[in-house]
Amino acid sequence: MAIKNSQNQVPDTGHEWDGIRELTNPPPRWWTIAFYLSAVWVIVYLIIYPSIPLVTDHTKGVIGWTAIGEYKEAVAANDAIRKPYLDKLETMSAQDIINDPEMLNFANSSTKALFGDYCAACHGSNGQGIAGMFPVLLDDDWLYGGTVSDITTTIASGRKGNMPAHTGTLDDTQINLLTDFVIAAAAGSATQEGWDAYQAAGCFACHGADAKGNKWMGSANLTDGIWRFGSDREAVMNVIKHGVNQDGVDGTVDGVMPAFGDRLSTNDIKLLTVKVWSLGGGQSE
Amino acid sequence: MSEEKNNLENIHNIEKIYNESAEHFDVNLGGKKIHPKKVSGRFRNYKNFAWVFWIGYILLPYLRWDGQQSILFDIPKRQFHLFSITVYPQDIWMLAFLLILLAMMLFGITAIAGRVFCGYFCFQTVWTDWFVQIESWIEGNPTQRRKLDDAPWSAKKIRKKSFKYLIWILISLLTGITFAAYFTDAYQLWVDIFTLQAHLYVWVTLLAFFVGTFLFAGFMRDQVCLWLCPYARIQSVMIDKDSILPTYDVKRGEPRSKAKKGVIDSEHGDCIDCKVCVAVCPMGVDIRNSALQEGCIMCGVCIDACDDIMDKVNRPRGLIRYNSEKEIEGIDLPPVYKRPRVIIYAGISLIAIMAIVMGLLNIPPLAVTVIHERQPMYVTMSDGSIRNSYTFKILNKTPEALNVKISVEGIDGIVMKGVGEFVILKPNKMIPFSVRLEAMPDKVVDKKVPVYFTITTVDSDIKISERYENFFAKP
Ligand code: SF4
Ligand code: SF4
Repeated sequence: MAIKNSQNQVPDTGHEWDGIRELTNPPPRWWTIAFYLSAVWVIVYLIIYPSIPLVTDHTKGVIGWTAIGEYKEAVAANDAIRKPYLDKLETMSAQDIINDPEMLNFANSSTKALFGDYCAACHGSNGQGIAGMFPVLLDDDWLYGGTVSDITTTIASGRKGNMPAHTGTLDDTQINLLTDFVIAAAAGSATQEGWDAYQAAGCFACHGADAKGNKWMGSANLTDGIWRFGSDREAVMNVIKHGVNQDGVDGTVDGVMPAFGDRLSTNDIKLLTVKVWSLGGGQSE
Repeated sequence: MSEEKNNLENIHNIEKIYNESAEHFDVNLGGKKIHPKKVSGRFRNYKNFAWVFWIGYILLPYLRWDGQQSILFDIPKRQFHLFSITVYPQDIWMLAFLLILLAMMLFGITAIAGRVFCGYFCFQTVWTDWFVQIESWIEGNPTQRRKLDDAPWSAKKIRKKSFKYLIWILISLLTGITFAAYFTDAYQLWVDIFTLQAHLYVWVTLLAFFVGTFLFAGFMRDQVCLWLCPYARIQSVMIDKDSILPTYDVKRGEPRSKAKKGVIDSEHGDCIDCKVCVAVCPMGVDIRNSALQEGCIMCGVCIDACDDIMDKVNRPRGLIRYNSEKEIEGIDLPPVYKRPRVIIYAGISLIAIMAIVMGLLNIPPLAVTVIHERQPMYVTMSDGSIRNSYTFKILNKTPEALNVKISVEGIDGIVMKGVGEFVILKPNKMIPFSVRLEAMPDKVVDKKVPVYFTITTVDSDIKISERYENFFAKP
């Protein structure tokens, strides 16, 4: 094949390895231009942005760009999106919000952080509570009531349960009898003997004649299967013996919901009310 | 007499040819600008046909369809409008098939005819073609262009060059705006641009495409294909002995010699060494060196050019022609449909096409996800029943508000709470809502049993009734 016009009429360095020659031709012009442009860009960048670390500080750049500034801009942009909703929240009551699906959705999603900061430590991130210690917010057993106003009061003013200790006033037999009764009542199999002991010990004063509790006092409903301070026999007996929140009584059970009225704005309390209400226990007025 | 006259004409023509293209060419390593000669002919016509498609690309965003932009990639709203079809991110699996289809088509075409995508269809080729055409209208033929490039700056040169750049800039701007128009309302875009109100993203896109078009099509041209294009790097592995490539018929052409007086003597081959094939090549390739060259984009214009020369010297056409390595060796090329590569690529393409068509025809009007709340899995209620919570996320992809009813089955006496009787789904909107199921523990046969939600439209032309399975857990 008589092929002419060799396309490699380019000078080489004389190095050759496996048929590959090392050429000395310069890189393409566009490449060179792009290379110098990159160098120029580096300098421009160094001037515009904070870039050179100094001993204690760094160069600031001429346009005053900072990462925190950019972050704040992003936050401001986010706030601008939220603003119409927040403005509406201002004028709506917790009940209004619950009635408006779109606002309810906004309230619930924008309250995640608030709930996480103030509620989740005790009530769990999803309101699942901690068995025997902090109540579940997802069920319908609300010692202090589950309406919007009840929940608002609970959050704003806090709650402190009060159940007297019975070690001094009742003897062991009675306490055993009452323990059995409470456990049986929850299962729906309480005996007459149990009811008699319940009456005799005066428990009805707080828990009601039918043992269904009283939301004005926050006394527990003894006939459901939901246990505020634990469901095993020992835990039940402990509450009867040492009561709840009794000053100076050894072994008393603590159950305090702190008041958030001073720590949170009305709006935040409103939002948390909506959140807690919609967790599942909410009741209508 | 007539033959003599013919020869005389040929002498004249051939001298003209030699005069026009008497230049030395080698592979352009980036140091110079290639000024290809204009050609006309079969393959050049195919090329013209291919770029008409790109005119469509420029006009398409202005077309309205069902009251909407015919093609709109609405990124903020996460919707992609393709004529009557709206594709949501949930249906984006089709994109995978589209990409497979495009890849397979590219592979298949490359296996059949090499880098023809580059030569006929690629935007780099097409835009460069336009730019070169404009250059030749303003600055004349390649010889005149080279002269102008070398000439010192004068009023005439400045006038011509700036006029050329102006038109290039206009085309580049149009290219940028066109691209941006696929992502926003095309008419509003023009208003925004001329009132300087456009979004920063628009400016950045525009600038990138403007600069890219201007530099790549105006100045870098063949350099892009040779040095920058990623496809150029991989296509040689897709070419085999069956692929037809523009090939110079060495047996017939060599030894080449300058034709004297327009006659080719029997001692020499058919190539008259006029170098027209080189002069017309947009890549500056001398096809006579070998068939498969890194620079060659297989555009076929050298074939047109040489055919023209062969006509002039009264030799059969096809000294340069699309030819496979097998054909050169004298082996017959098997028909396209019998080549395994082609069959495989075509098969995969077919599957992808079917998947896309089926996908487009069956885009579900609702995108539903039901999430079972895991923490906690269940809660005991005061009446002893067990409650499970679920989060519903329903995206209504239809343009109308839908009234739907949600019902549940799977457990005796199961009760649904948290949603009213009807749920109104706003169009193109998703508002999650939570649903709670309650059942007595003795009716739940296992720790975990399936439950079925049914979503049915009520009072609507759009009939939807879909079942979604989830589970119910008890202690
Ligand atoms: S191959 Fe054809 S166009 Fe090229 S130099 Fe030979 S005769 Fe001229
Ligand atoms: S050699 Fe021929 S086919 Fe290849 S790029 Fe040049 S003109 Fe096109």
